[in-house]
Amino acid sequence: MGLQPYLILAAVLFCIGLFGVLTRRNAIGILLGIELMLNAVNVNLVAIARYAADPAGLVFTLFTISITVAEVAVGLAIVILIFRVRRTVEADHLNLLKG
Amino acid sequence: MIDAGTLALAALGLPFGAFVLLAVVAPLRRAGRAAGALSVAAVGGSLLAALILWRTFPEAGADTVELAWSWLPAEGGALATVGVLVDSVAAVMLVLVALVSFLVQLYSLGYLEDETAPALGRYFAYHSLFAFSMIGLVLASNFLQMFIFWELVGLCSYLLIGFWYAKPEAARAAVKAFWVTKAGDLGFILGIVLLWAQAGTFGFSELFKMADDKTLPLGGLSLIMFLIYLGAVGKSAQFPLHVWLPDAMEGPTPVSALIHAATMVAAGVYLVTRAYPLFLQTPDVLVLIGWVGAFSALLAATLGLVQADIKRVLAYSTVSQLGYMMAALGAGAVGAGFFHLLTHGLFKALLFLGAGAVIHAVGTNDIWKMGRLFGAMPQTGIVFLVGTLALAGIWPFAGFFSKDAILAGVWEGGLTVPFLMLALTVFLTAFYMFRVVFVVFFATGHAEGHPHDPPLVMGGPLWTLAGLTAGVGILFAVGGGGEEAHGPSWISPLSLGLALAGIAFAWLTYQRRAVSAEMLARRVRPLYVAALRKFWLDDLYGGIYRGVILGLSWVVGWVDRYLVDGLVNLASAWTMRGGDRLRRIQTGRAQDYLYGVAFGLLLVIVWSYWH
Repeated sequence: MGLQPYLILAAVLFCIGLFGVLTRRNAIGILLGIELMLNAVNVNLVAIARYAADPAGLVFTLFTISITVAEVAVGLAIVILIFRVRRTVEADHLNLLKG
Repeated sequence: MIDAGTLALAALGLPFGAFVLLAVVAPLRRAGRAAGALSVAAVGGSLLAALILWRTFPEAGADTVELAWSWLPAEGGALATVGVLVDSVAAVMLVLVALVSFLVQLYSLGYLEDETAPALGRYFAYHSLFAFSMIGLVLASNFLQMFIFWELVGLCSYLLIGFWYAKPEAARAAVKAFWVTKAGDLGFILGIVLLWAQAGTFGFSELFKMADDKTLPLGGLSLIMFLIYLGAVGKSAQFPLHVWLPDAMEGPTPVSALIHAATMVAAGVYLVTRAYPLFLQTPDVLVLIGWVGAFSALLAATLGLVQADIKRVLAYSTVSQLGYMMAALGAGAVGAGFFHLLTHGLFKALLFLGAGAVIHAVGTNDIWKMGRLFGAMPQTGIVFLVGTLALAGIWPFAGFFSKDAILAGVWEGGLTVPFLMLALTVFLTAFYMFRVVFVVFFATGHAEGHPHDPPLVMGGPLWTLAGLTAGVGILFAVGGGGEEAHGPSWISPLSLGLALAGIAFAWLTYQRRAVSAEMLARRVRPLYVAALRKFWLDDLYGGIYRGVILGLSWVVGWVDRYLVDGLVNLASAWTMRGGDRLRRIQTGRAQDYLYGVAFGLLLVIVWSYWH
């Protein structure tokens, strides 16, 4: 099996994630979408590492996974704080940046 | 033996030193009379230097003495020089300027004794500046330097006319004098610059040498000399720019005597005299100068007939006499014109100072509020009479000889119509001056208060000037001969006869009342009304100012307000509206921004794919 199916899988995964990020109104859902996009990147990294026979891609993937964990932890903490203050996590209501 | 250059520099430097001291050392200036003493001493030193220079000058060797320092450095040599140029004309003029300045400053000490000390200090600071500027103008060795001093004397004139600046008329008159003379000066500087562009130098000596060698480019020279003459028109109050001089009488009387009779207004005549070798290259301009001069003389004389203000009569007579000088220059009688400048400087200063003594004693300028003053102030009466006889051109006073020389010169120059105008003016001059003499000193009338002769500090200058006026004339009467070749022999009797007729007519009208002045005025009613309205010249200028200049300003204002500002306002309005529109895409929702990012990314990908 060549490289292409992996890349297609990753692209589809990325698009699903992006769709989730753009359409979900719940902050938790948006975080999940981001997770999907990041994992699409991981799939790409692993596939290309394998294709190019270069273990550096695998090392990067490990880094990405661990950093993603931290990111989700921070993101969830922020969401909880926002919920405490605003009593909502609906993205539509969080529009303080409106010009 | 001090050489001529040093003497000239001393004459120039002393008043300047006095001015700087008075300007910088405020306590000295506020001391009033001490400031006056310093100023008088400085100009007295100038007078001494000028006298020595004048007496020793012809023996000093060369015809002219010139000191020059280069100035305005530029590539390929200095652009101009500063220096002093002394020749016989400058030496005599220098004596006149220093002498009249000295006498007038002395006289001012008495005339302005009621002023507060700071005002007196200011007055003498201006006077010192004026003496410096005028002497610098006389000694200037090139056009550029002359122009600078020319403007400086204009500034002093402005400052001194407006000396009583709290009086609205004085302030207006000062501004008017400044503006009107500036109109002429605009031509002057244009002429200088054009001349420089043609000949490559400002220096008188170089220019005269070029004129002598016929290497001066003649193309456009007529225009250049006409423009330079415009400066003289403004300064010497020639028609049509004479309107400022009568108004300038709002200044203190000694100022009128010094600046607006004897020295500064003669600067225009001096300029033409100085640049005469250049004017000789353009005969058409000279003819114009002659005509304008004669016309100014006649016009001002008619205006002088109807004035009730003693100083205004003298002011119009100044315009008239300056017209004589210009007419002489225009006709080629340059010696006669300059001679009249000198004698006029003496007797007109005398007349103004005499009028000042009368005004000082009576407290008004209106001749109809004076009368029978001869009994109360005989000294003033005598010196005023001397001045009047000289101005009217009666033998053997100084004015007779210079006026005769001018009439002869104009006749010889072939300007017949201007000659007739000037001859008529002789009659009018005698008439209006003796009208003043009879009304003020002899005819019935009642003056306020107890008029008396002025104190010595004022009387001294009066007698000095009267002595000089009579003395110069008697010197000529005994020694015989003016400076110019004499014209036909009938000219002297003619001018003397006309002057005597004028005096007799004035006597009949204002002393004996055999001829009614009212009836005379009715006979020539249109002329009388016109003269009262100053031939509508002031109205015309006012109309031009209001109609043309204000109209133009209105148009320019409209363009600025609606076109220029409009463009700026349009740009800012569009920017604001654009910003208002754009601000709606800033929703504040993170997801919308992400849409933007994703969409942009998509565009970049598609774009990179296509290329």
